[in-house]
Amino acid sequence: MIGAELFPHGIARYAIGGALIGGGVAFIYLSTGIIAGASTFLESTLSYVSSVPRFNRGSYVASRDWRVVFTLGIVLGAAVYAVGWQGGAWTTDVQWWRLLGGGILVGVGTRLGKGCTSGHGVCGVGSMSRTSLVNVATFMAIAIGTAQLVQALGVTP
Amino acid sequence: MSRRGAAFYLSVLVGGLIFGFGLAYSHMARPEIVLDFLQFEDLGLLFVMGGAAVVSGTTFAVATRLRGRAPLTGEEYVRRLKSFDRNVVAGGAIFGVGWGVSGICPGAAYASVGIGNWPILWAIGGMFLGAYAQGLLRSQLTDASAGPTAAD
Repeated sequence: MIGAELFPHGIARYAIGGALIGGGVAFIYLSTGIIAGASTFLESTLSYVSSVPRFNRGSYVASRDWRVVFTLGIVLGAAVYAVGWQGGAWTTDVQWWRLLGGGILVGVGTRLGKGCTSGHGVCGVGSMSRTSLVNVATFMAIAIGTAQLVQALGVTP
Repeated sequence: MSRRGAAFYLSVLVGGLIFGFGLAYSHMARPEIVLDFLQFEDLGLLFVMGGAAVVSGTTFAVATRLRGRAPLTGEEYVRRLKSFDRNVVAGGAIFGVGWGVSGICPGAAYASVGIGNWPILWAIGGMFLGAYAQGLLRSQLTDASAGPTAAD
């Protein structure tokens, strides 16, 4: 069966989880009018400890408090899942240098590109923004090529 | 500037809870699942991003048509439209390499902390380093160039 090959874990958990992610965005949007992305937190939080002008722009300083609260909510929500559904902590086998090196590039790329998987991918695509569609198409294609290259080089996981 | 009281922050917290629970429930908080998708071994992630975009997109479309205002801030409902320039493509490409190497993106990384995945702190540390480096460099470039250049 092709479905079982392409979706070895089915689609229910993916679709339900995705709808909840969109639901969290929708909840904040409807109550506050704010479109919440996840990666601006990386820069706005730096404004607490750095005097670099880029991090102390008005829009960052004005939003840094709620972005901290949003991120805490994300951590707590995932912790609820871990306790209630996952049966405790889960840790990755992906090697530390992949996480660190990839993380640095994610930090540079999401801020240079004005958004990440949630800002462009969920909110921007949901807004039918051409800028976001171009950004998502770019990072998707490059990420697929990169992951397959790393795999072909024999790095697992 | 809008009024921001307890109800505002509580609302952001609850929204974040739902968002983070969804990331954990979908397994997108696990780098392995993202890498499986990028390696075409499990395409389920399409339903995570697609499902999220459909729900948020429907919400944006309905709210902007009703032309109301958000109860907690009085803000108008608008869509997320950012200006296009070459940084959108360059940044997307750099992010793509990072996502393909690590299997993790910012929101999923925060959720990964919540599911007990402590090694993800390597990735979050890296993200802050990367965000700091680009901010420092861009601030210096802006200082160096004459006149008030737009920050992005």
